[in-house]
Amino acid sequence: MVCQFCKLKEASVHVTEIADNKVKKVDACAACAKEKNYNDPAAFAIADHLLGLGAAQKMEEASEAVGALSCDQCGYTQADFKKSGRLGCAHCYDIFSDGLDSVLKTMHKDIRHRGKVPAGMKSAFEGAHKLEGLNRDLQVAIAQEDFESAARLRDEIKAFKASE
Amino acid sequence: MSVIDFLVPASEACLRSGPNDKIVLSSRVRLARNLRTVPFPSHSKKAERIKAFETLMPAVKSLTLLGQEIFAESMDKLPALDKQVLVERHLISREHAAKNAGSGIVLNREENVCVMVNEEDHLRIQALRPGLQLRQAWMAIDAVDTALQEKVEFAFSERYGFLTACPTNLGTGIRVSAMLHLPGLVLAEQINQIIQAVNKLGLAVRGLYGEGTEALGNVFQVSNQMTLGEPENDIVERINKVLLQIIEHEENARLSQMEKKPAVLLNHIGRAYGVLGNSWSISSKEAMNLISFLRLGVDLGVFGKTPKSLTDELFLRSQPAHLQLAHPLREKLGSDERDLFRAQMLRERTSLIPNPDPQALLGRRDESSPE
Repeated sequence: MVCQFCKLKEASVHVTEIADNKVKKVDACAACAKEKNYNDPAAFAIADHLLGLGAAQKMEEASEAVGALSCDQCGYTQADFKKSGRLGCAHCYDIFSDGLDSVLKTMHKDIRHRGKVPAGMKSAFEGAHKLEGLNRDLQVAIAQEDFESAARLRDEIKAFKASE
Repeated sequence: MSVIDFLVPASEACLRSGPNDKIVLSSRVRLARNLRTVPFPSHSKKAERIKAFETLMPAVKSLTLLGQEIFAESMDKLPALDKQVLVERHLISREHAAKNAGSGIVLNREENVCVMVNEEDHLRIQALRPGLQLRQAWMAIDAVDTALQEKVEFAFSERYGFLTACPTNLGTGIRVSAMLHLPGLVLAEQINQIIQAVNKLGLAVRGLYGEGTEALGNVFQVSNQMTLGEPENDIVERINKVLLQIIEHEENARLSQMEKKPAVLLNHIGRAYGVLGNSWSISSKEAMNLISFLRLGVDLGVFGKTPKSLTDELFLRSQPAHLQLAHPLREKLGSDERDLFRAQMLRERTSLIPNPDPQALLGRRDESSPE
């Protein structure tokens, strides 16, 4: 079978898509498939193997959640992440963080760092964690309709932010 | 100086001893670290990798903690044989051995701190200790990491901690592992149960050379999988606790085999001794499985005063690169030639070990059941 795009090379990627109840078949060579972004869904199985069962599905969800994002510093894309299960640079963690948390939940004890902190980062790190804790308590207080505590926490958060 | 001249000979390396080293061959703690401003090695361009290399090599080399005498080299300057020897000594990963320009290694004189530059992360710093010494290894590498942080700025996020190329290493970037020799649990057919139980505790069990390798010679590597969400100390302590339990199970398995099936044990040990002393061609897989029983025999006192360092040396010298190194021509050996040369080396060295003494096992059994 010849690639339907370049009509030159042998088609090696065959994708059947079902969208709006219509079946669409694509037969492409490796180069055209890459160009048209028809990825091999089996690539996710590698993630399962590497990162534990369920990781692949989470990664797929994650890469959907981040949409067509790419890192503005290193150019890493969602497709790269999908394929390798790895990130391109430190900044990628900011860019892809929305989708990443669900992946991290499947592999780690928690999604917040609780270990060693570089000497120069200590106060900022503790500050960020304190603020996060206060915000969480505030949400709980609101959910429980404990408005007295909620008001106190709100003021605390305000004061904490002002002090930073 | 080549790294082969820098390393102590196999015989000397195997003399290192530590607590519980009948069962725990070695302990290791490694940390993954990256520079804040350069993309991770797998995604960086050659120029960026060189930049990371040129920033990190001098920083690591100048660490006073590593002492005066260190070995530091770019991976493209190392011959294939030297790289393979480093893999067999468990100083670098197989992945790192495949690297060339832009990647490097720094090793201290004691061979207990080894840094890989531009492996999967910019830095993989590791401390190694003989026997069960996870806490000591953690403290040593923690100090190296702290000293490095005064020289270079690592990628760190308030949310995720130390940032790594693979999210499985995120946070602490720590991998705590120990190499275990578990012939008792294998013979008692309890090993799968133990592996499953250990897996349930969130720890991985792997073969001799880590990820994706076979458990040759009844050697297993246990390591943590989770790196984010708990402090390094908790991770170290948890593995330490699990290892102490595995040690106890292995000791019990050995004792119960000695009590219930001494003949089976003696059969394995005696046959291993016989084959290693008399074979003229032997594969590395067969050799390692037999050396494992020889080591068990030494542990159980079947071979008189033979030190366990001798069996560990056989184990190390049976590996392909160490064989090639010992060969008079140091030429790359084909696998058939290697099997011949391996058998020769094993015959010569096994001849230094006295015949197995069955009384060591049978006598001990009588003591333990006086009635």
